[in-house]
Amino acid sequence: MSPKTLYDKIWDAHVAHEADDGTCLLYIDRHLVHEVTSPQAFEGLRMTGRKVRAPEKTIAVPDHNVPTTPGREDPSNMTEDSAIQVAALDTNAKDFGIHYYPVSDIRQGIVHIVGPEQGWTLPGMTVVCGDSHTATHGAFGALAHGIGTSEVEHVLATQTLIQKKSKNMKVEITGKLRPGVTAKDITLSVIGATGTAGGTGYVIEYCGEAIRDLSMEGRMTVCNMAIEGGARAGLIAPDEKTFEYCKGRPHAPKGAQWEAAMDWWKTLFSDDDAVWDEIITLKGEDIAPVVTWGTSPEDVLPITAAVPAADDFEGGKIGAAQRSLDYMGLTPGTPLSDVEIDTVFIGSCTNGRIEDLRAAAAILKGKKKKDGLRAMVVPGSGLVRAQAEEEGLADIFKEAGFEWRLAGCSMCLAMNPDQLQPGERCAATSNRNFEGRQGRGGRTHLMSPAMAAAAAITGKLTDVREMM
Amino acid sequence: MDKFNTLTGIAAPMPLINVDTDMIIPKQFLKTIKRSGLGVNLFDEMRYDDDGKEIPDFVLNKDAYREAEILVAGDNFGCGSSREHAPWAIKDFGIRCIIAPSYADIFYNNCFKNGILPIALPQEQVDLLMKDAEKGSNARMIIDLDAQTVTSSDGEVFSFDLDPFKKHCLMNGLDDIGLTMEKAAAIDSFETAASQARPWV
Ligand code: SF4
Repeated sequence: MSPKTLYDKIWDAHVAHEADDGTCLLYIDRHLVHEVTSPQAFEGLRMTGRKVRAPEKTIAVPDHNVPTTPGREDPSNMTEDSAIQVAALDTNAKDFGIHYYPVSDIRQGIVHIVGPEQGWTLPGMTVVCGDSHTATHGAFGALAHGIGTSEVEHVLATQTLIQKKSKNMKVEITGKLRPGVTAKDITLSVIGATGTAGGTGYVIEYCGEAIRDLSMEGRMTVCNMAIEGGARAGLIAPDEKTFEYCKGRPHAPKGAQWEAAMDWWKTLFSDDDAVWDEIITLKGEDIAPVVTWGTSPEDVLPITAAVPAADDFEGGKIGAAQRSLDYMGLTPGTPLSDVEIDTVFIGSCTNGRIEDLRAAAAILKGKKKKDGLRAMVVPGSGLVRAQAEEEGLADIFKEAGFEWRLAGCSMCLAMNPDQLQPGERCAATSNRNFEGRQGRGGRTHLMSPAMAAAAAITGKLTDVREMM
Repeated sequence: MDKFNTLTGIAAPMPLINVDTDMIIPKQFLKTIKRSGLGVNLFDEMRYDDDGKEIPDFVLNKDAYREAEILVAGDNFGCGSSREHAPWAIKDFGIRCIIAPSYADIFYNNCFKNGILPIALPQEQVDLLMKDAEKGSNARMIIDLDAQTVTSSDGEVFSFDLDPFKKHCLMNGLDDIGLTMEKAAAIDSFETAASQARPWV
């Protein structure tokens, strides 16, 4: 047999039909649904009288719109249009018989955190969701990617997607990370190196010692941002850590089925002589704690650097950099560690898991946020929140002056009431620093949870290594 | 879905790279459960000031481009969120075709589901068409999907590549779901085999 990459193996196991021109129907094992990108798809089914083909493989959870403050079970505490979207999801889940976690359920949270937590996401699966950060699930060695609403409808009706195969890219992170450097710094540094379009047309497999050393949570952080690098999906081959994470989860296989699953999962790796269309290698030792300075996730620099000037760049990027600098209100040459912030947001599907909260709490323990600064922690799910309370992390955050919120997307995209005001500057652990992402005119600097915690203490972008 | 065949129209120049879907349709407009009506909010934060008044400098606010049906833009158009509200808003405004050096993957796919043709051309050719678009409303480009060509207002012809299946669906206004359902037998037999091979799924 010819050697295969991990992507090749998962792809081959899911092709339900292949046309002469290579267009395939890819079978979908798990379909995750949230309230913002699904109403029109369900409406389409109703209009055409179609059913959901495999409701037992479909999981819905409201996350984008929901307030993260107490009392949110009551729709009158939501804006009218948000309440309509959440109510539509409630109805659609009930009418079509799909698994559902409403806000009143402790298991509710960000869809990409709930999936793995509940054992819906397993190695070797195909996982899709009407959300670009579906890439997160690639951390399990599952082929996972975002789709549009028309495709949501297509999957609901047929449990397949019309797809052509992507190319294979290997991103290798060799060696060990230095202290203070995290999964977030890896993934941002890769985007800094490849650009936001560098992965277009590819599925990326992340490998190398530094990736193997990461926990499952760190791996999810890395894969989460594969989409920011333009890739269709990011993958990490499953190993003992993956199996350990999955074992015993509510929807993971048990008994003999577990054994059978393990037999297959252990074959899920790229063969030694597999052929790659592109290979990128970064040295783990060379990665520093980074922050973004601009309005594209590729605008990444080590915290020790200074704000660049537009003419440091070439081609179309010169204009884009100038526009970013104007929008961000930054002067070239200013050390990044002099940039003052007024908001800190810890959460999102990139960094809203228990380990992220532990990393932030470790920096904040016994300290206080800077006076006047607004800081919030939004756990990724109700279960993460409960665990953080049990471990005493919630108390550390509260004592440091942070708001301790309920689970949801919150200020990652500011569809709920958590928004930046024009000109406000935020240290955020989320994944997008686009213009207006966290509120019209708001300015976002992306970074790791530990770096965001450090920034909360000083009120400036801060090198977390100075606090360790 | 609307069929796409040929289009002769005004092209609006937008020489920006990495135009993301948050720019195309900001999140406050995603709270709809409909596909229609998003055109007035296309590029909302670039198009209107804080008081909701039009920003005169923005290309689609200029008289010459209010009726634009083609958009010429920079590299990596449509990056970011998977929101199909982006192509819905573009279509609702009246734009049926985009010309750029490259597109983000999900956005590119979403266009075809909505009768929008995203054309990828090399940067030098996009630069030439950008100049052409800057001539305003008297300069009309011709898009011929069947021939896979763009003709500039002064008659220069550029050929583009396109996946044959996507072209077929767009030209005939075909519904993907209907097409896939014709292959139900293949899906059934895949499902049966897969449930034996991987019963835990
Ligand atoms: S946390 Fe942010 S990126 Fe993740 S699903 Fe929610 S809105 Fe999208």
